[in-house]
Amino acid sequence: MSVQFPEDERFPTWKIAFLQFSVALTVFLILAGYWRLQIGHHRQLLDLAERNRVRNLPVIAPRGRILDREGRVLADSFPAFSVLLIREGTEPLAPPGIVGIAHGLREDPSDLRNLIHRVGKLPRFQPVVLKQSATLEDIAFLESHRVEYPALDLMQVQQRLYPKNEIAAAALGYVGEVSEETIAKPDSGYRPGDVVGKSGIERTYNSILEGRDGTRRVVVDSRGREVGSLTTINALPGNDLRLTLDLDLQMAAEAALGDRTGAVVALDPRSGEVLAMVSHPSFEPNDFARRIDRDQWNKLTSDPLKPLMNKAIQAHLAPGSVFKIITGTAALETGTIKPDFTISCPGAVTIYGHTYHDWRKGHGTVNFHRAIVVSCDVYFYTLGKLLGIDKIAYFAKAFGLGERTGIDLPGEDPGLIPSPEWVEKTFHRKWYAGETISVATGQGAVAVTPIQLAYVLGGIASGGEFHRPHLAFRNQLLAVGYDPPEDTGEHFPISEPTLDAILKGMWGVVNEGGGTGAGARCPGVDIAGKTGTAQIVSADLEKSAHQPDYKNTAWFVGFSPSTHPEIVVTVLVIRGEHSTVATPIAREIIKAYWDKKLAHKATLQPVQHEGRLLSRIEVAQPPTAGEAPGRRHPGESRNR
Amino acid sequence: MRKSLNFRDFDWLLLIVAGAIAVAGIVEIYSTTAHTALAHQYKRQVYWVALGLIVALIVSQIDYHVVVEQTPWLYVLSVLVLTGLLVAGRSIGGTRRWLHLAGGMSFQVSEFAKLVIILLVAAHFAERKAERVAWRDLVKLGILVGLPTVLVALEPDLGTALTFIPIVAAGLFLGGIRARQLAVIGLLGILALPVAWHFLRPYQRERLRAFSHPSQDTQGSRYQVTQTKIAIGSGGFWGKGIGNGTQNRLGFIPVSYADSIFAAFAEEQGFVGTLIVLLLYLVLLLRLLDGAQMAGDRAGTFLLVGFASALFFQIAINTGMLIGFLPITGIPLPLMSQGGSSVLLTFVGLGMAVSVRIRRFVN
Repeated sequence: MSVQFPEDERFPTWKIAFLQFSVALTVFLILAGYWRLQIGHHRQLLDLAERNRVRNLPVIAPRGRILDREGRVLADSFPAFSVLLIREGTEPLAPPGIVGIAHGLREDPSDLRNLIHRVGKLPRFQPVVLKQSATLEDIAFLESHRVEYPALDLMQVQQRLYPKNEIAAAALGYVGEVSEETIAKPDSGYRPGDVVGKSGIERTYNSILEGRDGTRRVVVDSRGREVGSLTTINALPGNDLRLTLDLDLQMAAEAALGDRTGAVVALDPRSGEVLAMVSHPSFEPNDFARRIDRDQWNKLTSDPLKPLMNKAIQAHLAPGSVFKIITGTAALETGTIKPDFTISCPGAVTIYGHTYHDWRKGHGTVNFHRAIVVSCDVYFYTLGKLLGIDKIAYFAKAFGLGERTGIDLPGEDPGLIPSPEWVEKTFHRKWYAGETISVATGQGAVAVTPIQLAYVLGGIASGGEFHRPHLAFRNQLLAVGYDPPEDTGEHFPISEPTLDAILKGMWGVVNEGGGTGAGARCPGVDIAGKTGTAQIVSADLEKSAHQPDYKNTAWFVGFSPSTHPEIVVTVLVIRGEHSTVATPIAREIIKAYWDKKLAHKATLQPVQHEGRLLSRIEVAQPPTAGEAPGRRHPGESRNR
Repeated sequence: MRKSLNFRDFDWLLLIVAGAIAVAGIVEIYSTTAHTALAHQYKRQVYWVALGLIVALIVSQIDYHVVVEQTPWLYVLSVLVLTGLLVAGRSIGGTRRWLHLAGGMSFQVSEFAKLVIILLVAAHFAERKAERVAWRDLVKLGILVGLPTVLVALEPDLGTALTFIPIVAAGLFLGGIRARQLAVIGLLGILALPVAWHFLRPYQRERLRAFSHPSQDTQGSRYQVTQTKIAIGSGGFWGKGIGNGTQNRLGFIPVSYADSIFAAFAEEQGFVGTLIVLLLYLVLLLRLLDGAQMAGDRAGTFLLVGFASALFFQIAINTGMLIGFLPITGIPLPLMSQGGSSVLLTFVGLGMAVSVRIRRFVN
């Protein structure tokens, strides 16, 4: 095989020229394309290149701890990782990518799709948290899929930890992801995935606890791996917050209430400091620190026992016989009766043509003191008739019922003190005279919360000095630039004789024969108080009033010592049936208070020192029953 | 056939221009691979370019007629090796493109096949005196070129297989193809499209889809184009400087030392660099076609036109795809992209071009 090379065979020259022209034209076209990008779109593309390589990663500020009054940790933070989706300078995730990521992170693909859809309207420079508290498997998945999903990144965060789990959960509250409505507010400064306090102390003092996040500007490669760091704005950690709660007392209260549905509030009536706050059934706040799943949330919100409700401040219930203290104080202070006012209780009384029954079949002859001790309904029905609704309502409101105490917790219920005006406004009808009789014994439309009863009875027992209940120390709040309302509450002086009669009566409730609060009696501890068993329940909390398993609400408000009390305890047992279930609970808590104080001969009192919270040891005086000044302790006290 | 030679006619310009482009490529390979595991690649490229220049000088001394005469057995050899690769070749990254030689060397056979196709077309038309292409020519070329094209496409190396087509097309254009023949080829091409689509790999279909329907991109082909465009555009007029291309250094440009080297180059050298290199390519191509015009016989002309059209096709497709003018195709940029086989065989082609030019008056 050989190739021949004939000579003198020429082509028309135009063909090569045509090829040369085509080549030149194409090269200039391509040059025009490069000109358009490199000159025409230079700024815009340079900007994209910069954003490609620079990522703004948040540096999450650790949330401040929540401590009890002695500095024991109630809420802490620990380092964890969140999976971030970087949306700036990265390709939007395609549906198969979302499924792949959901599979890798063991999340529901539709949830993830919804999340990504929802954050679509937020600015792209904000990274989105796809998963909180990433596990080791999640991190391994991310690291091994850098190429497929360069838009994913990890961020170190501080996850909330409640080391005592369900203890004081209602008061502490919980944290969760900031809602989209909050983010949307102008100048909210929140990004999706930011953690904020959702309830309780976490919510009230969110601004103190949360600190300020920093930013890290880092250079990343196309796989999202950091290859350098540009600038860092450090995170400002949140402030620790020391509460007035005493963990020992809180634990005692939690144990004393046990698995009953209800609430306990213990506070120091001299200052309004809340020492213990329990609401049962409780919930596990650590579940909220991760993203809580829908099932868990539905279970919590649909539970008829309402575990997420802080019953200490939100249970809106008739106080029953506890209210007799208000009626009685009103009767004495207005001079309607003298303490020696005596009636004979046959077990029922007919007023305005309606027969009102006593809870017992007759108490015989009772004076004011005895009427409180045995909780004689007929006596207070009579006082109700004598006083009229206006005077009762005036005193109830003067003491602070029917309005929020102003405790530093969100969602407090104001309770309700009915009046003719209220009835007219709400139901467009006249006040029935008979309603006054019910109100006088804490029934009817009267509604209170446990915190209100502690506040009011503590204030009355302190001679009319009412201190706003609170969980955070005012000095501490001032030190971190927070402006709390004044603690020094209302002053509504009660005359000496009235106070004397009321306190003696309440001492007798616990310590005298036939006293309804005998269950709170504790040898060696000076306890006074008032029981309550309410038949009428607010429809809001308890729709089961007409159901066969309906049971009465049990109340007891106890305080100690019986004069100048240091501690007042409200116990509420919903469906407790009778106040006798509530009295031993209060006794346990008050006993725990004194046991601790006597055992240590000291109590820790936080003081402000150089802007930091230190503790000062304060030597305590143990009170003993009957040891108090004789003026307030008549002979009956020894005749149990 | 040997005639006396005049060395004043040696085409220094062609080799200097090619050398300049190759140097720009080496600098960019250095810049893009420094600080990576491929940091030594630029040195290998230096050796290949140096070797290429020497080979070009040697080849230029060989009468191209002698080379064209070797076409038949070179063709048989390339087809055999390509078949052997498909049957027994070691798969690297899912493709069988490399012939592994002793001593760890490897050789991309398709680059060699490309040169053989150029020789084949030149040899075919060298003998034909007719002003027009005959149907017989079409059938013969179709079969002879079609076989290695299919073999290379099956490796799969569709990009290189495609470069065979402009070589034949340019040959037919010079050979005097008739409108009727063109129509028949066009019709056959349209009919073959569905079949070709059937044989495409998923990633190849994806690239075509991403190009024709940018909004439906699911596999990131458009992302790739977006990133190369960002790289090129962010370079601006003066460029970011050697080693300062962030798109390049941070890995936003895929294979920035090989197929996408011009994007990395444009980012770092700016429009000035783009302009200079593209004009160098233009000078190179025009010079080759100029040589074709002046060639002493048909064989020389077809040789140069075939080589120029292959180079032109590669340059246009490569630089065009980086700015989104064309779908992404795995075609290296001649002389700049890292790769020994491509560089060496391009210099062999340049050597033959010089050989043709030197011998233009001797016939």
